[in-house]
Amino acid sequence: MADRYIEPDTPELRARWGNFAWTEANAAKAKEIVARYPEGRQRSAVMPLLDLAQRQVGAEENTQGWLPIPVMEYVAAQLDMPIIRVVEVATFYTMYNIAPIGRFHVQVCGTTPCMLRGSDEIMARCKARGMKTGHITEDGLWSLTEVECMGNCSSAPMVQINDDNYEDLTAERLDVVLDALARGETPKAGTQEPGRHTVEPVGGPTTLTAMVTENHDYRGEW
Amino acid sequence: MALADKDRIFTNVYGYQSWHLKDAQARGAWDNTKDILAKGREAIIEEMKASGLRGRGGAGFPTGLKWSFMPKEPPKDHNGNPKPSFLVINADESEPGSCKDREIIRHDPHILLEGALVAGFAMGARAAYIYIRGEYIREAETLFAARDEAYAAGLLGKNACSSGYDFDVFVHRGAGAYICGEETAMIESLEGKKGQPRLKPPFPAGAGLYGCPTTVNNVESIAVAPTIMRRGAAWFSSFGRENNKGVKLFQISGHVNKPCVVEEEMGIPFSELIEKHCGGIRGGKDNLLAVIPGGSSVPLVPAEQIWDAPMDFDGLRALGSGLGTAAVIVMDKSTDIVRAIARLSHFYKHESCGQCTPCREGTGWMWRVMERLRTGDAAVEEIDMLFQVTKQVEGHTICALGDAAAWPIQGLIRHFRPELERRIAEAGNVAEAAE
Repeated sequence: MADRYIEPDTPELRARWGNFAWTEANAAKAKEIVARYPEGRQRSAVMPLLDLAQRQVGAEENTQGWLPIPVMEYVAAQLDMPIIRVVEVATFYTMYNIAPIGRFHVQVCGTTPCMLRGSDEIMARCKARGMKTGHITEDGLWSLTEVECMGNCSSAPMVQINDDNYEDLTAERLDVVLDALARGETPKAGTQEPGRHTVEPVGGPTTLTAMVTENHDYRGEW
Repeated sequence: MALADKDRIFTNVYGYQSWHLKDAQARGAWDNTKDILAKGREAIIEEMKASGLRGRGGAGFPTGLKWSFMPKEPPKDHNGNPKPSFLVINADESEPGSCKDREIIRHDPHILLEGALVAGFAMGARAAYIYIRGEYIREAETLFAARDEAYAAGLLGKNACSSGYDFDVFVHRGAGAYICGEETAMIESLEGKKGQPRLKPPFPAGAGLYGCPTTVNNVESIAVAPTIMRRGAAWFSSFGRENNKGVKLFQISGHVNKPCVVEEEMGIPFSELIEKHCGGIRGGKDNLLAVIPGGSSVPLVPAEQIWDAPMDFDGLRALGSGLGTAAVIVMDKSTDIVRAIARLSHFYKHESCGQCTPCREGTGWMWRVMERLRTGDAAVEEIDMLFQVTKQVEGHTICALGDAAAWPIQGLIRHFRPELERRIAEAGNVAEAAE
């Protein structure tokens, strides 16, 4: 299991987050989320609501967002759940940040398929830029985590930064992405290999070539 | 004979064209789904059985048979009211090496949604929950949007496709836990709990989500169903070998010149898969060291055994490995093979849910020993001890994560023991020289 520690519940934390409540837009969203589950099973909504709460905290702080204890209490009250059940969920699933986080959360995949394609180099470049796993850089911009397989194995190595994936990386390509983010730009997500579209073989697909230029309907050939 | 493009199910797998409803319909999705449903529950299940489709999530259980386990008459709750049944679609693709469901979801989500209706109808389910892994953030956005399109067009929801059948589809995002790919852990997670697997029995078909009859299927298994129903079981079973029928998405990663995802006939020889679609092994055929043919949970296969092997369930089982999710991880001779497997041990240590002692303690222990074997800081006897411990973890846990952590190490010891011993001897020599 992951080594993670929950941010202590201090008077300062309570002062900052004790009055947490949904924004108007998120209140409507929360209502829609709870309605996805049968009557009396609203507890099923705890995961999407924690995600929503984390994003709202992130929007307020201009970071990826995290879950202070008072925010978890708010979610627990919304779903009529004991707080400990919410804390259990928040600590079990690694995508919930249970301590403060930077503006950009750089998650480097280091599992074997990425490792074989050079994730060491990616990790080393992150560290050379001053990032340290489990820490926020002094400018508040970067947090670094080595994560387990992200399911981008045919376009490895990759990093996920907040909501977007950057695939087919080299250290130089990573620099381009990170520099752009630091300047406040939105770099192109997905593969960084010039000329590659998604997960077809580099240089063009070996199958389904008709699909490249038109929305081909193969049914006529059945 | 090579698989023709017209016989591929996922024609937009590379996303050159749009995933939106009207474009998916132009490619053949949602084409008269009402007629498929009109065949009736039994007929659909029989057709799926006849197609020979085995589950695409790794275990390879016959899909039609699985659907037939769902009760024909809904069981009653304690008030005498009939309980609903559920279909849960496993889109928690997290097995290292696997990256196929992602392509289906982000590039052809309507195929999956149509499959959900067909499968859900066949098993008498009231609704489907698609459990998508949390890290697939953009993919989930696409899936939510595609679902809304299908509702707006009357393809899902009340009187879905004008069939008279009411069927809902909901999307549920995970939040980063590999173990939720295990079916009962997924059900726990859907109920808003930690994803810790349940003891079986009761099996989900008897008591699953919210205690109701539930079937959990992989994305690919569900997504191929409408095409099988349209083209017939005979078409699907004309591909592949006996007991290993159909077409399949292969995902090739690691040391090939052009890693990719490609749909191919089951049983395609490894060499053909690599030479035809991946531009060959990096550095040529002779540079191949070993292959993990089915995602991290299956044992590796050395180069000389894999080259001509048919890529299907039985072909790879004959080599002491498995097809798993058909996630082919290729390693050339530059690979530190011990490190490659040790990294997988780290993965399992990280992802153990902590419920069963052999796995919770064993995965960490095995990883620590693997790390020492990597540098040779161990005694030769420890290789046997490690092997023995993997045997003690295997089969002694609620779910298969313990087995999955044990098998890669067993494969390494089986095929690369001389390499482990060489490292120990070298490290020993260095230590002696220093003294």
